[in-house]
Amino acid sequence: MKKKVLLMGKSGSGKTSMRSIIFANYIARDTTRLGATIDVEHSHVKFLGNLVLNLWDCGGQEGFMKQYIAQQRDNIFRNVEVLIYVFDVESQEMERDVHYYQSCLEALLQNSPEALIFCLVHKMDLVPEEQREEVFKDREEDLIRLSKPGNVTCFRTSIWDETLYKAWSSIVTMLIPNVAALEDSVTHFANVIEADEVLLFEKATFLVISYFQSKKNRDSHRFEKVSNIIKQFKLSCSKLGAKFQSMEVRNSAFAAFIDTFTSNTYVMVVMSDPTLPSEATLVNIRNARKHFEELENPNNSAMNHHSHKYH
Amino acid sequence: MSYDDDDYPADTFPKDFGYGTYNQDGLEMEPNSTGSSETKPRILLMGLRRSGKSSIQKVVFHKMSPNETLFLESTSKIVKDDINNSSFVQFQIWDFPGQIDFIEPTFDSDMIFGGCGALVFVIDAKDDYNEALTKFKNTVIKAYKVNQRIKFEVFIHKVDGISDDSKMESQRDIHQRSSDDLSEAGLNQIHLSFHLTSIYDHSIFEAFSKVVQKLIPQLPTLENLLNIFIPNSGIEKAFLFDVVSKIYIATDSSPVDMQTYELCCDMIDVVIDLSSIYSSEETAFDSGSSSLIKLNNNTILYLREVNKFLALVCILREENFNRQGVIDYNFICFRDAISEVFELRLRQKQLENNEDEDLADEHTLIRHGNDAAVVT
Repeated sequence: MKKKVLLMGKSGSGKTSMRSIIFANYIARDTTRLGATIDVEHSHVKFLGNLVLNLWDCGGQEGFMKQYIAQQRDNIFRNVEVLIYVFDVESQEMERDVHYYQSCLEALLQNSPEALIFCLVHKMDLVPEEQREEVFKDREEDLIRLSKPGNVTCFRTSIWDETLYKAWSSIVTMLIPNVAALEDSVTHFANVIEADEVLLFEKATFLVISYFQSKKNRDSHRFEKVSNIIKQFKLSCSKLGAKFQSMEVRNSAFAAFIDTFTSNTYVMVVMSDPTLPSEATLVNIRNARKHFEELENPNNSAMNHHSHKYH
Repeated sequence: MSYDDDDYPADTFPKDFGYGTYNQDGLEMEPNSTGSSETKPRILLMGLRRSGKSSIQKVVFHKMSPNETLFLESTSKIVKDDINNSSFVQFQIWDFPGQIDFIEPTFDSDMIFGGCGALVFVIDAKDDYNEALTKFKNTVIKAYKVNQRIKFEVFIHKVDGISDDSKMESQRDIHQRSSDDLSEAGLNQIHLSFHLTSIYDHSIFEAFSKVVQKLIPQLPTLENLLNIFIPNSGIEKAFLFDVVSKIYIATDSSPVDMQTYELCCDMIDVVIDLSSIYSSEETAFDSGSSSLIKLNNNTILYLREVNKFLALVCILREENFNRQGVIDYNFICFRDAISEVFELRLRQKQLENNEDEDLADEHTLIRHGNDAAVVT
């Protein structure tokens, strides 16, 4: 299943940087080497089994923008599943940004009325920390008003912290076809093994695609932080030409296990009883693997097998 | 002044040096830290303005990301940063801005250099370093007069982005000129060490590791313990880490591969970051801390807590981990041995037998002999 995702916004707003970090394993510092995107760069990202994201990274210089809206209108805006529009929070020409945004929106609503719309208020790291919340609230309000009659979801992002993962995680979760079934299974799994928390990560991007928690945690940004931490570590492993397979971290208060799960996911299980032998949890993870594998690839033979079981 | 009763070096800066802004806020001191600090290596960090001292300190001891150091303001007052409570290493930074005449007779160098183990002088490799070299020469001469046991370490800093050739060239040049300066002053016997460093990679941690290792009298014992522990447990390489700074205090005698060291550093980051999320920041590293990472090239990274400050990170082949019981048992023997090595030192200090290092070595060797028996 292919899903077309448009990535748009003014030139220099950070579209290619964020795409490179999320999908091409760049670290934030390396994005300074990226040049301006010319015209449209297409990339296919295999995501979770049969879902393929067809990313259209649309260069944002004015000349291109005009073409997208005029000559290439049909080509660009047809069959779009998601539009992600990036705003530079520090932009000096908000009016012009909004003008192009509304033109794109209009074209989108004509050609793909069902498309989901996301606005990312980007480069939030340039705003002093104590003002970020307020600045974002203002922007969000404006954007919701300006997007009428379309429905828009806004995120504040920065490539320098975990907010980028949060935004993309939320976006891709909405694209996964059987996300509800996935969530049920995760919840069931967590209850059976008495875990505090179970996270499911997409393998390549380490975005959280499903989670369950039974215990409150004071850190509400922890999923994105974990994504970020593991991804950094994956990169350090790749410097040695190795990939990391599994990880166990514990202290007196908790034990966490991160393990390769299905062919497209990693799982993280957090247990609050560190006296429980690791092997017990690892066996449970191994046993759950098959069920999730079937859930992800309902089309292949595994499905037949599955249905037989219930007959 | 409120600090009159503490003999802290900071007191010794007379007001007339123009430090109007210098006040107690800049000097977060702990008067009672002398007891434990005696047994820890003490390092002074010096260098010209903007040579990168604060950045080094932030990156190594406060986990600041290197990019953020761009926003650090230049240090306008004398900053003394104590890492006493969290780190195995005691570490102080002295910023010496241009207007201080270092050779000023009222400047009480006895207090500053007296108790310090190593003096790290930071030189900005991307800058014209003539002034830095002059300053360095004066500092060395002065410090050597006060304390002949002090180790002099030069960090040729900010070498990221410089080609390997010019790195070597500036190291050679700085080495040559500073040695010439010292022999002119008749101090040929002083040994200088040079390190090429950058905060954008692990070279700064590596350099600090080497500096700190020279200051640990127990180092041979620690290395010996590691050398016994490793082959008996089927481990290929092990580092004894100071967790907060990711400096390695000791390693076994096999050669250190920079990349392996970096991976171990990153492992510590992962462990501490995940632990602070799922327990709390204060208790992230506790007596139950351990971690196991499997890589797809048949390698295992295994981390265990040694004491409040130290962790052991081992690298081994996957098939050797089948006997985890043996490894864990040997590790416990190793950990007990280490704590005895340090306890002895502490006890001895308390008895104020300051010069009895020989005795300490003797004790640890006996003890260490016992351990050898247990490990095998």
